[in-house]
Formats: sequence, C-alpha cells, structure tokens
Amino acid sequence: MSPRTLYDMLIDGHTVARLDDRSGPGAEVLLYIDRTVLNEYTSPQAFSGLREAGRRVWRPQAALGVVDHVNPTAPDRNAEMPDAGGANQVRYFAENCRDFGIELFDVLHPLQGIEHVVAPELGFILPGMVVGAGDSHTTTYGALGALGFGIGTSDIEHYLATSTLRYRRMRTMRVTLDGTLAPGVTAKDVVMALIRRIGASGATGYAVEFAGPGIAALSVEGRMTICNMAVEGGARGVIMAPDQAVFDYLAGKPRAPKGAAWDAAVRHWSTLRSDPDAVFDREIRLDAAEIEPLVTWGISPDQAAPVGGHVPDPEAEPDANRRRDMARALAYMDLTPGTALETVGIQRAFIGSCTNARLSDLREAAGILRGRRIAAGVRGMVVPGSSSVRRAAEAEGLDRVFIEAGFEWRQSGCSLCLAMNDDVLAPGERCASSTNRNFEGRQGAGGRTHLMSPAMVAAAAVAGHLVDVRRLAREH
Amino acid sequence: MQAFTTVAGPAAPLPAANVDTDVIMPKQFLKGIDRSGLSRGTFHDLRFDAQGAPRPDFVLNRPEWAETRFLVVGPNFGCGSSREHAVWGLMQLGIRAIIGTTFAGIFADNAANNGLLLIGVDLAEVATLADLAADPQRNRLAIDLPAQSILAGDLRVPFEIPPSRKDALIRGLDAIGTTLDQAATIRAFEDRYHAAQPWLAQ
Ligand code: SF4
Repeated sequence: MSPRTLYDMLIDGHTVARLDDRSGPGAEVLLYIDRTVLNEYTSPQAFSGLREAGRRVWRPQAALGVVDHVNPTAPDRNAEMPDAGGANQVRYFAENCRDFGIELFDVLHPLQGIEHVVAPELGFILPGMVVGAGDSHTTTYGALGALGFGIGTSDIEHYLATSTLRYRRMRTMRVTLDGTLAPGVTAKDVVMALIRRIGASGATGYAVEFAGPGIAALSVEGRMTICNMAVEGGARGVIMAPDQAVFDYLAGKPRAPKGAAWDAAVRHWSTLRSDPDAVFDREIRLDAAEIEPLVTWGISPDQAAPVGGHVPDPEAEPDANRRRDMARALAYMDLTPGTALETVGIQRAFIGSCTNARLSDLREAAGILRGRRIAAGVRGMVVPGSSSVRRAAEAEGLDRVFIEAGFEWRQSGCSLCLAMNDDVLAPGERCASSTNRNFEGRQGAGGRTHLMSPAMVAAAAVAGHLVDVRRLAREH
Repeated sequence: MQAFTTVAGPAAPLPAANVDTDVIMPKQFLKGIDRSGLSRGTFHDLRFDAQGAPRPDFVLNRPEWAETRFLVVGPNFGCGSSREHAVWGLMQLGIRAIIGTTFAGIFADNAANNGLLLIGVDLAEVATLADLAADPQRNRLAIDLPAQSILAGDLRVPFEIPPSRKDALIRGLDAIGTTLDQAATIRAFEDRYHAAQPWLAQ
C-alpha cells in the first residue's frame, strides 16, 4: 500500500461504504463516527427531526449531552436559566436525552462543564476515534489522537439516526513545530501565530496534522488549545499522533479502558502515526523560537500582532479588499494605526472557554496574579472550563489567588466566550480574553475583544492595558 | 430539503471577507428549539439599528434588492460557529444561492443539507458578478443548476459542483433515509470494527 497520513488511515478505517467512484480529496464516503457530544443549542432541531420521522438513536451510549452554552456562571449555582429561551432549550434537551437514552450532564451535575473540556477529562474520547459533534471546536480532540470536526444540526440528526455521516474527504496539511518555545510563550501563541501566518481560511478544505518536536514537548492540555483553535484557521478536522503523554493523560480516566483492554488499546494506539514518507497536500513549518506573545487587534482571529508591536496601518496594505477589511476592523475596534498595542486600555478581563480554561491555563494565569491586584476600573472573571477543573483548582488554592487579585471566581460554562447567557460586554467595552473568536459583537453587541493567552489576560488585568506578560514575569 | 433546479432573481453584493456566522445569525436568535422565526435574525445588526429600525443604507433594505435571491460574497463566507441557524435564516430570508471564492467548511455542509446552493468561482468572476449585483439596473441573475451556469444578460459563468451534491440538490433528497437504506452494511461494519477494537464497544 502506498504511504498514508494518519488522517488517511482513520478515514479508511472508518469507511463503511464509498458513495462515489472517486478516491482522494473530494471523494464521498459513508463514514462511521465513534462518539458525539451534544449541547442544548445546536441539538434541539435534530431531535425534533428524529421525533417527526419516528426514528431512534442508533447508538445512544456513544453520545454524551452537556449543558454549557446558555447556563449562567454566577458563583452560587442553581438550575435557573437567565431567560425563557435558554430555559426552554435546557428543558427540551433533558427531555430528549431521557427519551432517546443519552447520558446528560445538566447544569447541576458535578461533571458539568464546557463540552470540549468535559469529554477529554472523562476519557470519553480515545485515540483513533473519529468524532463529529455539533460544535466547531470539536477539533479539540485531535490532541488525543482522535480526528475531531464540527457538524451542523442536520448532520447531528444524521449521525444520531445512523452513527455515520456522508463525508467528503479533505486535503491534508501538516504543520510542523520545530524548536522550543521561549519562556512566557504558550500553546495559544503557537496557534495564533499559525492563523496569523495562513489566514482565517488558510486551512479551509484541509484536515490538519500537527507534528514536530515543539508539539511533542507540549502538555496534552496545551495541545488541546492548539487543536481547538485551529478551526479559526479554517481546519475542517485536526489530528495529532498520540504518544506516551496522551496515554499517561488517559490512564485511569473514568471512561478509558482498564486492565487487559487498556494494554490492547495502547498497543493499537501506538501504531497511529503517519507513514514516514506520507505526502501531505500542504506543509507548513513554524519555528517555536520565533513565536512571541500575540494579541489580536481586529475582528478576525488572523488580525493579530506581537504584543510589543503596533496597530497596523491599512494604508500600508497593498491589496484593496484587505485594506477595506482592515479599516473596517479598526473602526469597530476604535483603534488608530500606529498605536503601541501596550498602551491600549481594557475594562474587562476574561479567563475562560474551551480554548484556555483547563487546570494548566488557570495555573499559568494564577502564577502571574499571585501577590498582585487587578487595576482599578477592570472587571476580571475566571470561568473554569468544567466543574471538575473548578474543584481541582480550589484544591490547590487557585481560587484564593484569583479572588485576592480581584477576579470573580465563577461556575463553569461557555459564558463570555459567546455571551449566550447573562455574561456580556457592554457596547464599547474592551476585553482581554483567553477565548478564540474576536468577531464583531461576539462577546456582546459593540464589545471589543482582544484574544491572547490566559497569562497575558492576567497580565493585562493587572496593568489595566495590553502588556507583554514577560514584563510581569520578570518582576516576580 | 428544498430542491434546486433553476432560480432567477436579484443578487446583492456583500464583499467583506470572513463574514462569520455570528454576523449572519447573532446569538440572541439561537434560543429556539425549532427552525422558525429566523428571517428577522439574519444579518440582524447590519439590517437593523439599535432601536430595531431598518438601516436604509444596507443593501438588503433597499427597494431594488427587496426580492434578493442570491448573494455575491467575499472570501471565507460563513466562518466561525457551526450554527446551522445561519443557513436556515438565509433561506427564510429568501436566499437560494451564494456566489463567492471560498466558503467555510461546516457552513458549506450545512448549506448542502438544506438546499442552499454555494457556488465557488474565481476572484475575477466574483468581482464581475459583484459589480452587476451592485447595479440596480443589472442585478438580476438566473442560476441553472442542471446546466451548472450563472446567467446575467449576455454573460454566462459556468461553475463546478460535485456530481453527488448536484444530484441531491436537484432531487431534494432526504440524506438520512438514503443512508438508512444501508443499515445492514452499517451494522456489519460496526460488528467487525468493535470486534477488532473491543474497548470501543462499551
Ligand atoms: S467555550 Fe466558546 S468556543 Fe468553546 S464551545 Fe463554548 S462557546 Fe464554543
């Protein structure tokens, strides 16, 4: 057989039937999907479709329901939703999970959290799986050696009824990270650097494999940050070859295999890697040593710059379309070309989201905040990625660090990442945010989002403006 | 899903790059449990001001584009969240096809699943069609899917589409029903697959 990429192996191994006579990119296959995770806002119409057609869920035990998008994150938790629409979604979700036999972590469940944080920490996602789920950041699972990609509601319904998707093969891209990250530079900066380089649609039509010594050196949680946010570069599926760090991460997780089954699984998982001479349709190399802490200045995740840099000048952009988009972004962000990014003041600081609210993220942010106070006029919020992360952070006293620094220590959920609950920016408010999307109005109509790593958010909160985290780290 | 053969009507230009699904369907319209009522939400913040009044300068609010059936868009249209509400809302607003250079992946699949035709052509052709769409005298197009052509006056722009997607659009197929015709094949695959990797079978 000709050499294959890991992506090819997983697609070949999950192909139930070919749907046309093509092969390679664009070929359509009926693809077996191992697992899905459901949330309350993209699933209701899928369940309604099943109900109307009198269809059952093919394999209910392969699905997990988690309430995360609409619930409040106030420190005192109850089952009240902030509005009637959200309450209705949560109620219908519970009804659907019950009627179709799907396990549900509702808002008061001790394992509730953001779906992409909850599923890995449960051991629900394993290497070699193909996971399609109704949220674009399903790419997160690439870090575990599972091919993850987001799907819409019609495809959720298709999956639930058949355990398969009608799937078109992607082209393949490999992103190799060479070298070592400098102190103060994180996985978030790696993925932001990639998106800045290839653009917000640079990986559209591609399944992306991350590889190289720079990736191997990262923790599994750091790898999740990269896989998660790669979708902002257009990646339509993300994978990393599973290694010992992944096996160590999964060992002992509640839903991971045990005993002899674990040994057999690890033997199989150890074979999951691209053939050495496999050919990718596109190759990108990044040098970790050249990556600096980045912040976004615009309204698309590729509109980013090193924090020590300046707001760019649209007039210097030769392409007319890009010039117009840049000007529009600066108008929305209320930024003037040439302004030093480190002088841009903030009113809000948000540490949360499926990109950056795992325990390691909270540790990094707390490391900056220990013994410091956030600046007057800044409101800071920490929303742990899951209730389990919250408990683990409390067990090591991180909650005290955040609270003493002046941050609100909240319950888990998507929260200000997309502001579908009552956590919203007021018009014109500027937020340093550890999230993944700086779209217009994403965090609230008229709100202005600057994406960065969680440690950079902590540093900005202390300074009251965007700042290079390495300045604060040096003072410590 | 809605079948598509030949559709004619006005086109409107939306040239910005990276028009994301938060812009196409803002979060306050995602609180339903059915597909209804999404036409008001489509491009809400572009179409309406803070008081809810139509913004007279936005193209879809101008009388010459009242019956718009097609959008001519910038690159990477539909990026961001997987929300299918964006596609449902566009269709409820009367949009039947979108012409651009590139579309985001999940959005493209969602469009295909609902009968919203996405047409990818090259940058020069998009620019030509955007100029026509911007001109109220010449903004009417026809799209002939069986012939894979965009027609505007004397202009004919051919486009590519995978044969299976074209066939499904023309016939308005129910994908789930079609897949369930292969239930025995799925079952046999699943048995083999779980026998080989028993830790996945629980
Ligand atoms: S945290 Fe944000 S990006 Fe992640 S699932 Fe929730 S809304 Fe989506």
